[in-house]
Amino acid sequence: MIDDLDRAILRVVQGNAALSAGAVGRAVGLSQPAAWRRLRRLREAGILKGRELALDLEKLGFGVTVFLGIKLATKGRVSLEDFERAVTAIPEVRRVEHVLGRYDYRLRVTARDLADFERVLRRRIMALPGVGEVESNVLLSEERLPGPL
Amino acid sequence: MLDDVDRRLLRHWQGAPEMTSADLAVVLGLPAARVARRIERLREAGIVRGIHGVVDWGALGYAVEVSLRIQLEKSVQGAFDAFLAAAREVPEVTEIQTFLGRVDVRLTAIARDMGHWQVLYRERILALPHLAEIEALMHVATVKTDQSLPL
Repeated sequence: MIDDLDRAILRVVQGNAALSAGAVGRAVGLSQPAAWRRLRRLREAGILKGRELALDLEKLGFGVTVFLGIKLATKGRVSLEDFERAVTAIPEVRRVEHVLGRYDYRLRVTARDLADFERVLRRRIMALPGVGEVESNVLLSEERLPGPL
Repeated sequence: MLDDVDRRLLRHWQGAPEMTSADLAVVLGLPAARVARRIERLREAGIVRGIHGVVDWGALGYAVEVSLRIQLEKSVQGAFDAFLAAAREVPEVTEIQTFLGRVDVRLTAIARDMGHWQVLYRERILALPHLAEIEALMHVATVKTDQSLPL
């Protein structure tokens, strides 16, 4: 489906998506038009699905990121929908994943500090419909890896 | 440090990271050169750390995503560093996070299918050094991906 040059291009773009096709080409040993064609093909195939802005959260005043594991107390189609609707409406909840295993949902919560997180946890998370057991783990460090390219 | 224009700029940009400084200038109703300068300043200040291309692993045939919650043998000296160094060597690991809490480290790992996952789990993941406890959460669906900050 994709060859080694495509993989090399994806690695370059993962690192910096703002590079021009010419710069991507230079990094992998292709001409500008050849790199441009491959980039377009990767985008059209949905392999390169978009861009992400990496911001320094602490510098923006969001000093605390917490991952929550949530187990629903009551289950059923309606309660899943109610829970999902309510949880996605909380601005501090930046990512919600439905998972299988010890917990039903994984949440990524960003707060200004621990006191702010406690407020979100008590007033918003614990008030969610159907919420049962909640486990919090405070993020210390995070790294993204290129993956199997 | 950040003024209202910076906040507006970041709000729009986070929502649509594919926008160029020229696009942002149109949205904000400001001269393009001024917006370009502001972006440059946000980068220099380290507030904008980078713009990363996102790969859709599903489109490349990786149908399985697992979140591995790991507790390490913390009493062993250098356990964290040894574990993290070895985890970085597993190509299917796409994300490593460390925590304060019940979980010490979390890895995101991807596999083509359950057969591939089983091999990966047994041969690479369980072989990582200083593992004390490991628990897997299988990804079913992403309900919200809005990584935008309430700025």
